[in-house]
Amino acid sequence: MSTSVPETGATAAQSAERRAVRTRWLLVSPAVVIIGCVGILPLSIILLYSLLEPAEYAGVVWTFSPEAWMGLVLERDIFDDTLGLSSAHLTIYTRSILQALFTTVLTLIFGFPTAYFIATRPAKERNIWLFLVTIPFWTNLLIRTFAIMLIVRDEGLVNHALINIGLIEKPLAILYTDVAVAIGLVYAYLPFMVLPLYASMEKLDFRLVEAGYDLYANRRRVLRRVIVPLVKPGVIAGCILVFIPSIGAYVTPRLLGGGKNMMLGNLIANQFGTSRNWPLGSAMALALMGLVMIALVIYVRNVTAAGQKSHG
Amino acid sequence: MSPDGKASQSGSAAVEAQRVTKIFGGGDDQVVALDDVSVQIGENEFFTLLGPSGCGKTTLLRLIAGFEHPTDGRILLGGEDISPLPPFQRPVNTVFQNYALFPHMTVGGNIGFGLEMLNKSKQEVDDAVTEMLRLVRMEELRNRRTSQLSGGQQQRVALARALAPKPRVLLLDEPLSALDLKLRKEMQIELKRLQNETGITFVFVTHDQEEALTMSDRIAVMKEGAILQIGAPRDIYDHPSDRFVAHFIGETNFLEAELLERKNGAAKVKFPSGAVLPASLPDAPISPGKVSVVVRPEHSRIATTKKDAVLSGTLENVVYFGTDTHFHFRLNDGAQFIVRMQNARDSGDDFTPGQELGIAVEADAVQVLRD
Amino acid sequence: MADAVTQVDTPVRGASSPSPKGRGFDVKRLPGFATVAWMCLLVLYAPMLVLVLFSVNDNRSVTIWTKFSWRWYEEVINNEGIQHATVLSLKVAVVAMVVATAVATMAALATTRTRAYRGLPVVYGIINQPLMVPEIVTAVATLSFFALIKQATGVTGLGYLILAHTVFCIPFAYMPIRARLEDMDLTLEQASADLYATPWRTFRRVTFPLLLPGIFAGAMLAFVISLDDVVISLLVAGPGESTLPIYIIGQLRRGVTPEMNAVSTIFLAVSILLVTFFFVLARARK
Repeated sequence: MSTSVPETGATAAQSAERRAVRTRWLLVSPAVVIIGCVGILPLSIILLYSLLEPAEYAGVVWTFSPEAWMGLVLERDIFDDTLGLSSAHLTIYTRSILQALFTTVLTLIFGFPTAYFIATRPAKERNIWLFLVTIPFWTNLLIRTFAIMLIVRDEGLVNHALINIGLIEKPLAILYTDVAVAIGLVYAYLPFMVLPLYASMEKLDFRLVEAGYDLYANRRRVLRRVIVPLVKPGVIAGCILVFIPSIGAYVTPRLLGGGKNMMLGNLIANQFGTSRNWPLGSAMALALMGLVMIALVIYVRNVTAAGQKSHG
Repeated sequence: MSPDGKASQSGSAAVEAQRVTKIFGGGDDQVVALDDVSVQIGENEFFTLLGPSGCGKTTLLRLIAGFEHPTDGRILLGGEDISPLPPFQRPVNTVFQNYALFPHMTVGGNIGFGLEMLNKSKQEVDDAVTEMLRLVRMEELRNRRTSQLSGGQQQRVALARALAPKPRVLLLDEPLSALDLKLRKEMQIELKRLQNETGITFVFVTHDQEEALTMSDRIAVMKEGAILQIGAPRDIYDHPSDRFVAHFIGETNFLEAELLERKNGAAKVKFPSGAVLPASLPDAPISPGKVSVVVRPEHSRIATTKKDAVLSGTLENVVYFGTDTHFHFRLNDGAQFIVRMQNARDSGDDFTPGQELGIAVEADAVQVLRD
Repeated sequence: MADAVTQVDTPVRGASSPSPKGRGFDVKRLPGFATVAWMCLLVLYAPMLVLVLFSVNDNRSVTIWTKFSWRWYEEVINNEGIQHATVLSLKVAVVAMVVATAVATMAALATTRTRAYRGLPVVYGIINQPLMVPEIVTAVATLSFFALIKQATGVTGLGYLILAHTVFCIPFAYMPIRARLEDMDLTLEQASADLYATPWRTFRRVTFPLLLPGIFAGAMLAFVISLDDVVISLLVAGPGESTLPIYIIGQLRRGVTPEMNAVSTIFLAVSILLVTFFFVLARARK
């Protein structure tokens, strides 16, 4: 370890720095290697797969083909082999985007007042509320979706109640419709909206709100001109946190939508299952990831812009 | 006690910095925290590093403790170079600014930690903890959690913890800054007592000039990574050699004067009014001609006779301070001058703003500055 | 211009309609927000309560209440398929938790409390990567990757599923550990070094004990996340490797049965217990 040459302060500083750097990389390497190999490398493999031909029974044939990427929106006519827009795929894409947007907007409408209400409670009460919102955040999505299923079924609680009070005679078919999926998504991702919103509202300086009222703004104007701009980073974070998982949702549409109301997540999974078209599934997965990346870039841009504004 | 220049003559200093330079960062944004600093601190000395924030005093302390390594130069402990040693091999202990007490250990656990790390037997550690608790008068709090202590108590535990391994040098990084005024005064006396009882060299970092003047054997005044002046408190206060030192410690009047050719030893300066007074010279060589001088407000008074008046000006403001009164003058050459006079029982409000008055200066009160 | 006029007008209007007597103006209150908040709480918990309620219902129908009974729980306990799936889920979750927590702790130690160094943003990016990619994408990518390896090596087994779980558990374990480290006072470790503790002893006696609540919290999250996973397990798991969520989703395809209520309730209880534990740990910071 120690050299025969007497160390000075400067060389000691250098060797201490070297040791620190070595330790640092030694410590991060397991995490980086595991995620790098099993998290990131597979993404490049599906990129490769998306450029190949599907094998007859799952997997790929190692010949190049742009077919998968074309297959995202196009389909070959079975009879004359001409290319046309694939209405089945386009319907699913549109449904996924609309469902995700709807979920984002609705969770924001419910989540914003909730987060604000929690943030303005006294500390002790606030912790209880926070705890109550955090629990569904971490509990199993499958089970929570199953619980919704119990409620919206033909024999479920909603129909039961409606029939009992005489509002309807035959049960409403809610389960296995887009409505059921929408309800399920909003229910599933509501905590994902409330928590980031709360995080930014907790930091809200209420002297600014007081200043707003002092300068003759009424409640609505204080909300619109003071509170909303100040918590904008939280709003954007919440929207991203809801939009990303809901556009790729798999469990909720599978349980509540049935086969007819598939979303992008189910379509992708199907290519690796019954449809046995891995290249197409890979291309779709990458397209979805691209969409998510765009959303993330918008988020980062907005947050840094908002940050600069509030500092400047 | 001989507070003056104790270490500079003796051969082995307790701590010595030899031409130490410390540069943080690299490239365009490098910061020179210490620039070729040398200082010797004697055995049993209460030595204070005084200066505004960013002057390098804490960096020097951290270099001695081993948390930073010098970019250039050496740190000696009892004549031995400790620059290459990591902190845990240096017989030096620190009292941190925020105390840094381990929150997951008791008071006793904190105090005994150092000895435990030195692999002392359990008995030895226990005895030392008992002794230290007695020293800081906290025997009954041995098994308390540190979070249950008041600020003053935490301060004492931090001191006891750093003293327990009986270090060669104790480093104190602004340890009193978190305490309120009353507690701070108490702890100043306490610190002085502990230093006397343990006989350990204390190196104390502060930006509070009053604290430095009260406790130290010697003070080093620092600015922008350099030591400007080292001396006993009295020395620094009465004979600042530098404009910054004079300004940083106490209140001072700055004046322009002319240093006269020296005749048989004693230096003399001549003021624009024509008055000639004896003056003290700084350490640095200085040639006759225009110089800046300082006069402490309490070393001057309002002249009662024409003969005493070295300076003259218009009284602009009178500020009453209880024990004394400050008279703000505008001198005839436009400079400002403050006279501080103690309030005797019979002194009335004889002076009113607007008056033309003469100012007398005590003999030996004029200090010539280096610049 | 118009704005200026309204602004001059407003104080007069304000003065003519004072707030109700005895109650000051609460600047924090916004009308209707409390109602929405309570509604959200109801919406979040009502379905879960229904689930719990009907798990102790004697009737085979899952919506008609007859009387209290533990019979579905007894059936769950005696159900071999569920037993199997539970053991498998626990096996996967425990191994993934241990590995992910260990790896995340090391990474957190190397990525906090240092001056920014080259490569640090890249390391952050890599550690958080599993959070940024939609689950379904991760699932199909991992499936493709593992298929390739299985084809090349012929090796099969539970290891693949565990590895896949470990990857997405790492960022979750990392979060609370990193937060805890960032809250920790750096001078504590300096004080320890100053008091003659070698770096290893400083880690063992000071850093590690103070980090422990964060490590527990991280382990807890990793465990819950692994236990809950559906999508990745569904695609990556080999034949006969049904974790509990996979078993449940398979049963639901055949229709809703009261056993599903019971097993879901047990699952729910375990999750809530773990999350509560996590919450307490995270709060015990100060």
